[in-house]
Amino acid sequence: MSGNLATVSYIGATILFILSLGGLSSPVSSRRGNLYGMIGMTIAVLATVFGPRVTMAGLPWIIGAMVVGGSIGLYAARTVQMTQMPELVALMHSLVGLAACLVGFANYIDPAAAAGLTEAEKHIHEIEIYIGIFIGAITFSGSIIAFGKLSGKIGGNPMLLPARHWLNLAGLLVVIYFGREFLHAASVAEGMTPLIVMTVIALLFGIHMVMAIGGADMPVVVSMLNSYSGWAAAATGFMLSNDLLIVTGALVGSSGAILSYIMCQAMNRHFISVIAGGFGTTSGATPVAGAAPAGEVVPILSAETAELLSEAKNVIIVPGYGMAVAQAQHTVFEITRHLREKGVNVRFGIHPVAGRMPGHMNVLLAEAKVPYDIVFEMDELNDDFPQTDVAIVIGANDIVNPAAQDDPTSPIAGMPVLEVWKAKTSIVMKRSMASGYAGVDNPLFYKENNRMLFGDAKKMLDEVLVVLKS
Amino acid sequence: MALTIGVPRETLAGEKRVATVPEVVEKLIKLGFKVAVESGAGDAANCSDDSYRAVGADVIVGAPALWAASDIVFKVGVPTTEDVGHLREGGTLIGFIWPAQNPELMQQLAAKKATVLAIDSLPRMLSRAQKMDALTSQAGVAGYRAVIEAANAFGRFFNGQITAAGKVPPAKVFIAGAGVAGLAAIGTAASLGAIVRANDTRAEVADQVVSLGGEFVKVDYEEEGSGGGGYAKVMSEGFQQAQREMYAKQAREVDIIITTALIPGKPAPRLITAEMVQSMKPGSVIVDMAAERGGNCELTEPGQAVVKHGVTIVGYTDLTSRLAKQSSTLYASNLFRLTEELCKTKDGIIDVNMYDEAIRGLTVIKEGNITWPPPAPKLVAAPPAAKAAAAAPAQKKSGGHGKASEPASATSTAVTFGVAALVFWFVGANAPTAFLAHFTVFVLACFVGYMVVWNVTPALHTPLMSVTNAISSIIAIGALVQVGPEGWIRWLAVAGIALTAVNMFGGFAVTQRMLAMFRK
Repeated sequence: MSGNLATVSYIGATILFILSLGGLSSPVSSRRGNLYGMIGMTIAVLATVFGPRVTMAGLPWIIGAMVVGGSIGLYAARTVQMTQMPELVALMHSLVGLAACLVGFANYIDPAAAAGLTEAEKHIHEIEIYIGIFIGAITFSGSIIAFGKLSGKIGGNPMLLPARHWLNLAGLLVVIYFGREFLHAASVAEGMTPLIVMTVIALLFGIHMVMAIGGADMPVVVSMLNSYSGWAAAATGFMLSNDLLIVTGALVGSSGAILSYIMCQAMNRHFISVIAGGFGTTSGATPVAGAAPAGEVVPILSAETAELLSEAKNVIIVPGYGMAVAQAQHTVFEITRHLREKGVNVRFGIHPVAGRMPGHMNVLLAEAKVPYDIVFEMDELNDDFPQTDVAIVIGANDIVNPAAQDDPTSPIAGMPVLEVWKAKTSIVMKRSMASGYAGVDNPLFYKENNRMLFGDAKKMLDEVLVVLKS
Repeated sequence: MALTIGVPRETLAGEKRVATVPEVVEKLIKLGFKVAVESGAGDAANCSDDSYRAVGADVIVGAPALWAASDIVFKVGVPTTEDVGHLREGGTLIGFIWPAQNPELMQQLAAKKATVLAIDSLPRMLSRAQKMDALTSQAGVAGYRAVIEAANAFGRFFNGQITAAGKVPPAKVFIAGAGVAGLAAIGTAASLGAIVRANDTRAEVADQVVSLGGEFVKVDYEEEGSGGGGYAKVMSEGFQQAQREMYAKQAREVDIIITTALIPGKPAPRLITAEMVQSMKPGSVIVDMAAERGGNCELTEPGQAVVKHGVTIVGYTDLTSRLAKQSSTLYASNLFRLTEELCKTKDGIIDVNMYDEAIRGLTVIKEGNITWPPPAPKLVAAPPAAKAAAAAPAQKKSGGHGKASEPASATSTAVTFGVAALVFWFVGANAPTAFLAHFTVFVLACFVGYMVVWNVTPALHTPLMSVTNAISSIIAIGALVQVGPEGWIRWLAVAGIALTAVNMFGGFAVTQRMLAMFRK
């Protein structure tokens, strides 16, 4: 295959990738979108393998690597639990980051890569390598830490080093200094030292950055790393002068950036302050004097919950991370189906940051076979709570905290929340009275029309279901 | 220590309302307060001293003693100089104040080091303030009563009837101004069976008129009359001309006209001229709810019902007092809701939290310092309402994405453009041509990504992440082209291919698995 033919194939792949993302605008077109993505990837890989730059001698190596990696990937994709999606995604980000590093190093060592370049071009090329490896290394180590936090292997609390912002700044200066050294290196062997030092710093930087971010900021972190993996691909594209990589990297990068932005909006926080980390701990011993909400917490039993549900006409269910932890989504669906058969209007209200990654709740509900046309975004049904008889909150806290609207001194003031307290009755399922990740007490629990159903969400819902069916 | 809420007898002539009723006293006591009521305060509103005693209030004889015993005073009417004289130094007063119209009163209260919450200064656009909105509750009562007064003065049925002796046509009622009072009047007149028409300079209320059983009469002239804060504004000359023609036509046709048109801080607009009154059928009725502010009708005599040109013109200024029990109950509930906001701890102690936007707006004097007018509210509801309607779908679309569509401030836009221009200049000045071609592609691709990704439905954000994950395995190309040479490079490349293959296959497969689960 000639070079031109390969280029044309790349353009085709680019278009298919764009269509693939475009397809995700609705669940109906999404499957076709995914198919476009696969076709695009196949075209791109085949065009490269049979293109001018790959020799037949390399083919066995390529096939071998593909088979090994591919089978691991397929195995993981088949066996992963939907509740573990955030972990899987984080892990995959780390692979992209690592691959970007490896490609960068290989490219630097390869004498053919820089052959025939002018002085200026060579410098640009080296800067591209340097930046590509830098972003790749941050993505790699940051994603590994995110994976550890999401899977519970590392504690969710933010780890805050003293003077961490200065540490980061110092790291950055060192990286810039070694970048200079790297550019002035006379030979590959000489340039290797600064390159490796920079890689190590970048790895530490990635670890430090994600370690400082608390558990419930994970949606932002995951989407941010998604963005980084895209920029790493784009940087690799510049390095290899390959437009397909540049375009794809830019697509992925902006996608992740937009997701991060959406998540930050949903928490009413600045992107910078999320990345700076330490939410809920640095702002001090917050809860201001007298902030402890007055009133009584009224517990309720599962039998009464079932009774309330069977008498209701309109029900809204607000799931949170707790539902994922308790694996309660299937029982939730059973209850939903039962109620819908009896003519009850059951809907789901999803907060953008519910769960540990964007859209996490939607996927869990879809897995439990909840039809997507009764699953709504926060803005779509927030006005309907006053007409709702029962609102059930399953394992969520901060996203239904009225203090965000009523108490300007609250750390979460201004964050958009689901207004469950406006329903005639709200039921909160929780394991205990512990406050949410923001460390803010929730006045919802003390409202007159609120009931608390304490216990494991799955167990409690199973009991509710039994009573409903009897 | 629990504070005492005092409720004096209203002293203004003709004022029959009282600031709290026994049902609400009970709730106030539950909040931790003590309640003292002046003897005879509720008599005119059918609330006897005994009924107050029965729910736990102290009944105190004489205004001076009552005021002296009260930490917080609930009032209806604007306080007189005498009232202010009774007020305790540093006490709290809640009621109608109208700070703009009563500057002297404000000075007197400030001299007393008082804290004053003017219920008329409530920021009405805040949705959570609605429960405290006494202007609305009282206007609703007045609107109802206006129809009752009209029915009283009108010599015929409101509803059409077919009697044994023949057919009676229904009365035709025209209501000028569809604010709270107007809407209440529309609902009341419609439920009595009359044919109701209404007009308002704010076109967006048309739906509300129709929903209450009225018919919205348009003025044949294009202009939007929303003045912000839920009030109307003064209209242009051309509009007023068209409006006069419409009123003249309605006057000839209808039996009853109820006018409710008020513009804040200005005398009531003259809508009904003497000629229009003349043109009405004998026996017709006009109820002028704006009588206190000069009247919407030229011939209105405030406080009186007069007959001119055969038309009864009712200019009562005490419509709410004529329904004292109802208006007092509603007013008392409004004040109770306000007290709840002031006393979130439910321990009988109030906290005038100036960071709370609703309370900030209400508080016209804080401990002797005049704090009126409040700073402009942060939440100015999307400016003129007609445009808000157009903006609403757009906002809906961007959904949780929040402020993406909001225009940035001029400075930040300028800064962004400045920085971008510098970056582009730097790149253009230093980079070789080959790089620029790639750079072009890169920038354009970022924009394409931006456009495409905003269209992704939030429900599919997880699949979006996994598919972008799969796509970013395109980095494999970088590894593929380096497989060739021997040694280190090959091993790095092979490892790279294996890693990206995990993403490539795994990413697409898991996306497929997830998407297959989304079903209707």
